[in-house]
Amino acid sequence: MSGLVGSANGLQTKLLWAAIAALGAVSFGIIALSRGEPVNAAWMVIAAVCIYFIAYRFYALFIANKVLGVDPARATPAVRHNDGLDYVPTNRYVLFGHHFAAIAGAGPLVGPVLAAQMGYLPGTLWILAGVVIAGAVQDMTVLFLSTRRDGRSLGDMVRSEMGAVAGAIAGIGILLICIIILAVLALVVVQALNGSPWGTFTVFCTVPIALIMGCYGRFFRRGRVLEMSAIGFVLLMAALIYGQTVSQTPALAAYFNLSGPTLALVIIGYGFVASVLPVWLLLAPRDYLSTFMKIGVVTLLAIAIIIVRPYLQMPALTKFVDGTGPVWAGSLFPFLFITIACGSVSGWHALISSGTTPKMIENESQIPFIGYGGMLMESFVAIMAMIAASVLHPGVYFAMNSAAGIIGTTAAQAAQTVSNMGFVVTPDQLTQVAHDVGEITVLSRTGGAPTLAVGMAQILSSLFGGQALTAIWYHFAILFEALFILTTVDAGTRVCRFMIQDLVGNAIPGFKETKSWANNLIGSGVACLLWGYFLYQGVIDPLGGIWTMWPLFGTSNQMLAAIALVLCTVVLFKMKRERYAWVTVIPATWLVACTVTAGLEKVFDSDPAVGFLAHASKLSTAIAAGQVLAPAHSLGEMSRLVFNDYLDAALAALFAAVVISMVVYGFLSIRKALGTPKATAIEVEFAGAGAAVGGSSA
Amino acid sequence: MPDILSIKFAEWKERGQAVKTWSVRAARSMIGVPDYETYVRHCQANHPGKPIMTYEEFFVERQEARYAVSKGRFRGCC
Repeated sequence: MSGLVGSANGLQTKLLWAAIAALGAVSFGIIALSRGEPVNAAWMVIAAVCIYFIAYRFYALFIANKVLGVDPARATPAVRHNDGLDYVPTNRYVLFGHHFAAIAGAGPLVGPVLAAQMGYLPGTLWILAGVVIAGAVQDMTVLFLSTRRDGRSLGDMVRSEMGAVAGAIAGIGILLICIIILAVLALVVVQALNGSPWGTFTVFCTVPIALIMGCYGRFFRRGRVLEMSAIGFVLLMAALIYGQTVSQTPALAAYFNLSGPTLALVIIGYGFVASVLPVWLLLAPRDYLSTFMKIGVVTLLAIAIIIVRPYLQMPALTKFVDGTGPVWAGSLFPFLFITIACGSVSGWHALISSGTTPKMIENESQIPFIGYGGMLMESFVAIMAMIAASVLHPGVYFAMNSAAGIIGTTAAQAAQTVSNMGFVVTPDQLTQVAHDVGEITVLSRTGGAPTLAVGMAQILSSLFGGQALTAIWYHFAILFEALFILTTVDAGTRVCRFMIQDLVGNAIPGFKETKSWANNLIGSGVACLLWGYFLYQGVIDPLGGIWTMWPLFGTSNQMLAAIALVLCTVVLFKMKRERYAWVTVIPATWLVACTVTAGLEKVFDSDPAVGFLAHASKLSTAIAAGQVLAPAHSLGEMSRLVFNDYLDAALAALFAAVVISMVVYGFLSIRKALGTPKATAIEVEFAGAGAAVGGSSA
Repeated sequence: MPDILSIKFAEWKERGQAVKTWSVRAARSMIGVPDYETYVRHCQANHPGKPIMTYEEFFVERQEARYAVSKGRFRGCC
């Protein structure tokens, strides 16, 4: 095992690492301490990259070698079960790409954009600190655990290491997060396309394009995925460019100028159809297109930020650190952490790190590179999103991200309200931005995606095309986000269907049969109803939906991360490595504190902006008095809001309860492990040197 | 002189080929299609005499597996 702190490579290496540390510290000082003058985004990139290198070189390798005791001599599932299909030893760079493509999604793009309401600094600090001590540790440890257990899933591992009840609780947690994720992501798309004929036209076009690709790859040139993706990309760009004509031709634009509720129904219908059709026809081709777009655009954005080096207009801190911001409600702790979620630690990744990746890893020694490194990359995506949100004029940012109920519906009202918040902006500036990006209005385009798209358009058009191409770049960015979010929606609906079939199948065994058409239709229908309900509720929410839904989503995501880290801690104790258990105990404690506080505050806080019950009672009082409170329009709407408040309160309470019960089961398992003199972790037998669990690699 | 140049050219061509091969592999792996040649080699070495799927069959099998509901595979969300 190599020396840990570069001692082997001598003075030069030490000097190199000292230089990286110094550069990182200087950049960090510049972004943290400068006040008043705009800071160049390059400093943020340099600070982040230096931190990633240091964290990987010192902390990730420490965890791998000392804490987990990865054993390069131990055969991985890919080697033991090599079948050329699921279990394939894969080159580590190829696997890195596979893993990153699987974990990257909309979360790290949207979370930081919303977090920017407190200024760029708090969010950036948490994206960097969180990934190093929590997110990357979780991904890597879960990957390690699953690799040692034949690539078994998170739920399976919780069941075998912590007992059947804990496993069932984790299973419920996973189903809940799935439903909430689908609803929130679909909501982001609805908010981005609402009243935007250009965006709607291009995104709708992805369906026929996928059908063409699917048929091409099935009947004409079977299995030529790269060819069909290239064809799809060309068609997509044609649709993007033609979308401008559509938006400028009133007769055509009318077909694609849809309201939020209509879009929501269309997306729910799409999710249902896509999840029951044969996968080769619609789901797979869209998936290919969106995966390549995702990787391509992330790379393009990184290059553009490095070349353009834009200045950050957003202040380091805004006055909204006190929790009075218009984008989302709640104080810095816990809601900043809940809002950022995926960019620094994402429970969802625990599902992916225990999915296909552990079945493909060539050697245990590659676990830090894939697990920790992959998450560092994801964190970098979050940093880029933060940069994109912060290059906007803060007045434009707040006008885009505040609900109409707060800033009104005209540019004059919005400019007035936002200027009163302390971010001086003129109505002309707001209409100019809308005009530049080819939209009717940019006011109250909540959900993060449009803000990110405006930021990206600003950065990318400085690199290629200038002002003339801003509108194209904006819609390109919207298309890129909508495309891969909708791919998550259709694939996620299938996953949800499976979980529902599995759950209901315990009571009605016949329902487990996944080959039955009736079961599939019912399962998909139920899945769509569940997430569709929350989506629709979010769309018609007068506060803009994201305000209510994003904290719920963040809480569920962090809840899953807490579950995963509790599992990691339990296993470390069972491996008799409790000496190092602090590595997972620290992030687990933090996440438990965040999710439980957030869950309880969402239920019980007396501020109606934060607590669901307080909001419900405020509305109920008004209903009793026969008053209609803005932004609701009728008493009927008010009572629906009250019902949704109770529903959301129940969900938030459920999240907190899941976390607390997992902690209890964690403690029970740890006590049992401490009372046993031998290692009790249930790993796959390994015939060879160092077979004992927690071998002597330290 | 031309000799050195042509050697250099061959070397670069080889490198370019390697970059292409690995990029294509990585791209396919991202969408759940593992390397077909590796599969064929695996079958030849370990299951001689058993039928080996053609690339087309292999692709269809992998595509179904990636989205097989019963496997509960999770992907890209956050």
